[in-house]
Amino acid sequence: MTFTVEQAINWLTKSNEKIQKNKDYLSELDQAIGDGDHGINMARGFDEVVKKLDGNDYEQVADVLKDAAMTLMSKVGGASGPLFGTAFLKISMAVKGEEAVTFGTFVKALEDAVAGVKQRGKAEEGEKTMIDVWSPMVERMKAADDFDASVIRDNAKSSMEATKDIVATKGRAAYLKERSKGHLDPGSVSSYYIFEALAESLEEGA
Amino acid sequence: MKKIMNEPNQIVTEMLDGFVAAKPGKVKRIPDTTVVTRKDSPIQNKVGIVSGGGSGHEPAHAGYIGKGMLDAAVAGEVFTSPTPDQVLEAIKAVDGGAGVLLVIKNYTGDVMNFDMAAELAEAEGIDVAQVVVNDDVAIDDVDGRRGVAGTVFVHKIAGAKAEAGASLEEVKNAAEKVIANVRSMGVALSPCVMPASGKPSFELGDDEMEVGIGIHGEPGTERKTLGTADEIAVELTNHILEDLPEAEEIAVMVNGMGATPEMELNLVNRKVQEILQEKGVKTYKTFVGEYMTSLEMAGCSVTLLNLDDELKELLDSPSDAPALRV
Ligand SMILES: Nc1ncnc2c1ncn2[C@@H]1O[C@H](COP(=O)(O)OP(=O)(O)OP(=O)(O)O)[C@@H](O)[C@H]1O
Ligand SMILES: [Mg+2]
Repeated sequence: MTFTVEQAINWLTKSNEKIQKNKDYLSELDQAIGDGDHGINMARGFDEVVKKLDGNDYEQVADVLKDAAMTLMSKVGGASGPLFGTAFLKISMAVKGEEAVTFGTFVKALEDAVAGVKQRGKAEEGEKTMIDVWSPMVERMKAADDFDASVIRDNAKSSMEATKDIVATKGRAAYLKERSKGHLDPGSVSSYYIFEALAESLEEGA
Repeated sequence: MKKIMNEPNQIVTEMLDGFVAAKPGKVKRIPDTTVVTRKDSPIQNKVGIVSGGGSGHEPAHAGYIGKGMLDAAVAGEVFTSPTPDQVLEAIKAVDGGAGVLLVIKNYTGDVMNFDMAAELAEAEGIDVAQVVVNDDVAIDDVDGRRGVAGTVFVHKIAGAKAEAGASLEEVKNAAEKVIANVRSMGVALSPCVMPASGKPSFELGDDEMEVGIGIHGEPGTERKTLGTADEIAVELTNHILEDLPEAEEIAVMVNGMGATPEMELNLVNRKVQEILQEKGVKTYKTFVGEYMTSLEMAGCSVTLLNLDDELKELLDSPSDAPALRV
């Protein structure tokens, strides 16, 4: 199986739908352990991404993802703007040149994305950030040999849920120390939506 | 929620329109951005000072634009760091050839967005230096400390140094000196309400206060029974003094969070001064008022800055910024 331009557009469109639908929920999660703007930030950014992609003709997956990345960086703001922007930019750079992206390239691209996010946020796995969804996803996909929507969905979901028990040491939630425990990390929940959207775009095919 | 507003998603741009309209001849807005600069920017051969961050902290940051303080302020969405492209516009607008200093508050979002802007500006051949303010002693881990009201002193000192014709490195060193010598801590009596969500940032009982708050309506480090003005002053000041290197002379700022009457701020200041006097520390200058707010949050923060001769002189030099006239 490969990942096509149509699927990439579908991926972002579906990500946007989920984020818009759960905008208030994401902000509520951020309100509990942050400053309450995560849903607003992500919804603003992804809305712009879809607007940007709309009506454009793309030949490569890389171009779709690059437009998405640049839009996220200039429209989201906060911590999540540079971080999600970096993630999509790294994916875009790694899949460049392939009209239909192979599984191997896609996994490598996700690996680059995680490395980029870690570097930009100076964070590691286990600090209650979006990395706790992205990093296990890479590990799981490295162990597979083709795209598998249900694996992606399940992995993102369980990683997202596991952020509840982590004490935050990065981002705003870190200010709360022990009090950050018992709450989901908002950036991990929006990452879950993004991977759920990826799974759906794979299921729907090219 | 009751707010005087139109569309919540237009609140920042409309605020900037109103702000600029109130100060014709003093400031200008770069079209299609959320950047406000001095009217006379860029000033040739003067180091430019750029600050900014999320909106909702008014009079920060645009209120500190003026001769002797900031050259530009970048406004993000409410409580959200501005994006790199906006910060880059500010840097370009104030660069008069002597370089630009970015005053950043220590939040993940601000640090990343300003850092990316600095990279972009350097790629365009502009000298950029950065300082990160982390004055909030409520956070034990020094690396994680937030930038709060002490940032105003950084604006003041760096701005004065730049106005005096210092080089980018000298201006940065002066700013770093403030950062090393300034500490703050705050308390909230009531939460703030984000315009876009319409919900209070946290729930507080009538007899409760949230100690160790930041400036974004995020919960504090501890919840306590509401204290008297004296008790609050003691709690905040002692916490700061535990952390601050000992000094002979100090500047004090008692800052309102947005909905606290000046009357109450003066009560807090009264006790702060008493504590300092008991410890044999001399107060050189005091600021009481709203300098770095958190929308309509009730509460206050106390900031102490250790002074030496250089800082005293820079603190005393003129500023015509509307929010801090000296
Ligand atoms: N250092 C970091 N590394 C990786 N992810 C991070 C880091 N800091 C925060 N995050 C992620 O970002 C999410 C918060 O994003 P949000 O849009 O709310 O930004 P913010 O921190 O409120 O930014 P700002 O302070 O400018 O408002 C967190 O839930 C977390 O997943
Ligand atoms: Mg947030």
